[in-house]
Amino acid sequence: MVDVAFPPNRVAGAGGTRKRSSLRTALKRKSTTAFLMTLPLILLIVILVIYPAFFSLHLATLNKSMQRFVGLGNFEFLFKRDTFWLVVKQSCIFALTAVFFKALIGFIVAHFVHNIPAKGQRKWRGMLLVPWVIPPAMSTLAWLWLFDPSYSAFNYTLSFFGVGPIPWTGDAAWARFSVILVNIWVGAPFFMIMYLAALKSVPDQLYEAAAIDGANWWQRIWYVTLPMMRNIIAITTLFSLIVTFANFDIVRILTAGGPLDHTHIFATWAFRVGIEGSDVPLGASVSLFMLPILAIAAIFILRDINKRGNEA
Amino acid sequence: MADVSLRKVVKRYDEVEAVRGIDLDISDHEFIVLVGPSGCGKSTTLRMIAGLEDITDGDITIDGDVVNDVPPKDRDIAMVFQNYALYPHMTVAENMSFGLRLKHYPKAEIKARVTEAARLLDITDLIDRKPKQLSGGQRQRVAMGRAIVRNPKVFLFDEPLSNLDAKLRVQMRIEIKKVHQKVRTTTVYVTHDQVEAMTLADRVVVMNNGRIEQIGTPNELYHRPATRFVAGFIGSPAMNFMPCRLEDAGGTLTIRLTDRIAFPLPGPRAARYTALPRSEGLLLGIRPEHITEKRPHAEPGIESFDAVLDVTEPMGMETLVYFTLDGIQVCGRVNPGAGAKDGAPMRLAIDLNNMHLLNEATGVVL
Repeated sequence: MVDVAFPPNRVAGAGGTRKRSSLRTALKRKSTTAFLMTLPLILLIVILVIYPAFFSLHLATLNKSMQRFVGLGNFEFLFKRDTFWLVVKQSCIFALTAVFFKALIGFIVAHFVHNIPAKGQRKWRGMLLVPWVIPPAMSTLAWLWLFDPSYSAFNYTLSFFGVGPIPWTGDAAWARFSVILVNIWVGAPFFMIMYLAALKSVPDQLYEAAAIDGANWWQRIWYVTLPMMRNIIAITTLFSLIVTFANFDIVRILTAGGPLDHTHIFATWAFRVGIEGSDVPLGASVSLFMLPILAIAAIFILRDINKRGNEA
Repeated sequence: MADVSLRKVVKRYDEVEAVRGIDLDISDHEFIVLVGPSGCGKSTTLRMIAGLEDITDGDITIDGDVVNDVPPKDRDIAMVFQNYALYPHMTVAENMSFGLRLKHYPKAEIKARVTEAARLLDITDLIDRKPKQLSGGQRQRVAMGRAIVRNPKVFLFDEPLSNLDAKLRVQMRIEIKKVHQKVRTTTVYVTHDQVEAMTLADRVVVMNNGRIEQIGTPNELYHRPATRFVAGFIGSPAMNFMPCRLEDAGGTLTIRLTDRIAFPLPGPRAARYTALPRSEGLLLGIRPEHITEKRPHAEPGIESFDAVLDVTEPMGMETLVYFTLDGIQVCGRVNPGAGAKDGAPMRLAIDLNNMHLLNEATGVVL
């Protein structure tokens, strides 16, 4: 530290010394060390996230052969196509329905698991997490077999009740139902585990106080559990909304967007148009549509959390 | 308001018996304190009265009705918890009125009751705040307010002052006493702090190992403890216990503490203990305030002896002195001007008029 304590007039003559000492001071500063240690991650994000994001912005302004700048031409083209609006509608239905049911089922299952005595709880927690842990591409293949119209387990079982055969992935409505069902199956455990953690953090005495205050089972959930879990519910929903909106693997494997584009969502249609249809700029334009929708959702949900802060 | 009674109440968890058949009658308006070391079953007893724990065996009645299977919300009780258990997302007013709102009281009455309770507890200014904006003492007041607005038959307090610092605890203790003087609701209060028990209670219930050791007014427990546990638990510093035996020396009954020290018993005591077998193992129980510096004038029943002080603790208004008799540490309280010094010999006086004699094996005060 002695070198930085030099009086200014003595260093004034020797510019080199000064430069070196200020570099040394900079290295000694905590913030510099912190920056250097996070640099690998920052580089990774720049290379894998920020650069591709801006590159796709750039791509979206080119023509199909990527030779000519067309400005917002790709977007104008998209707006005029019915399929695009179909994809917008389907993405919204897919994400909202799936997230709603994931949250609902997660909430209910979390309550059941929470009420299991501590001894057996770990087992159940582990088993219930399995759908979320298996790579979705693998589990969706298994679902694909289950959904097969002619020899699948589902239709076979249903045939005993005189129902079916149901065209799980062949009919537009059923196909939408199927992709949403598989998405719920994959995603509900995540909600379950988050809600379970939130439930465990609610002090028992609050429930006891509510019981003495005269609250019944439903009032305890409404006035104690839900308000205490509000932040977790909001963050989990936002996170899941983003992931579900951007989902690719389940739809791609189960229906590949069919029948007749009736299960396409942004990511799968962008892939269809951009990669399979060899119109990369148009595909980039489609994928960019997720951004504003999710940004608005994020602003609303996060603003609410900031406003509330941590009440406990 | 109501009386509460417990008949042979038992609580068993799997193998462990937490409460082993206790009987207790609490009359209307009474302030009862359950006190005992942790794990003695006092909180379990309170929670059984509240309905938060099932009763394994026995009966609990509130206002004459057996409430064994009545859920907490229908017992018309209010409870104050150790960590206050305020709803963090509700304001003070909402916290206090929650029970009334669930019971669909008219808005005007809810407001009147909350205002009245807030005034009583001096929290009128805090009514719109959330619990996280309150200090520990203020939260405690809100928790009490939540109990008061309900105007229940019974108040239950579960170690309500344990989370407060020492100074605030004293202040809140007085506050609780004042509130009880005003609202006069039957109260059951659980604490492990014998000072709280002594200062608040009309009657104290001392519990140990799932059983009631003694029930009595604070003064009864202090001056006439029934067992060694009660004698040692109530009072601070704790009562001294010294092994001793009775001897007949020249026609007077004497109590021998060591080979060197034996005191003749004062008349009334001698009469009381004369029938005891001389061979029995006994304990002399004597409170520190009954071991003092030697008095200038001889008084009946006060005997003097010499001791070498191990440690002295000046407390300001008194000095605690510690010395050893036959390997047993004994505490006395002397005047700060009496010249007690660490390691110095001192002439002390023991007041045998206030002694207790206990059976060493059973711990029963004779």
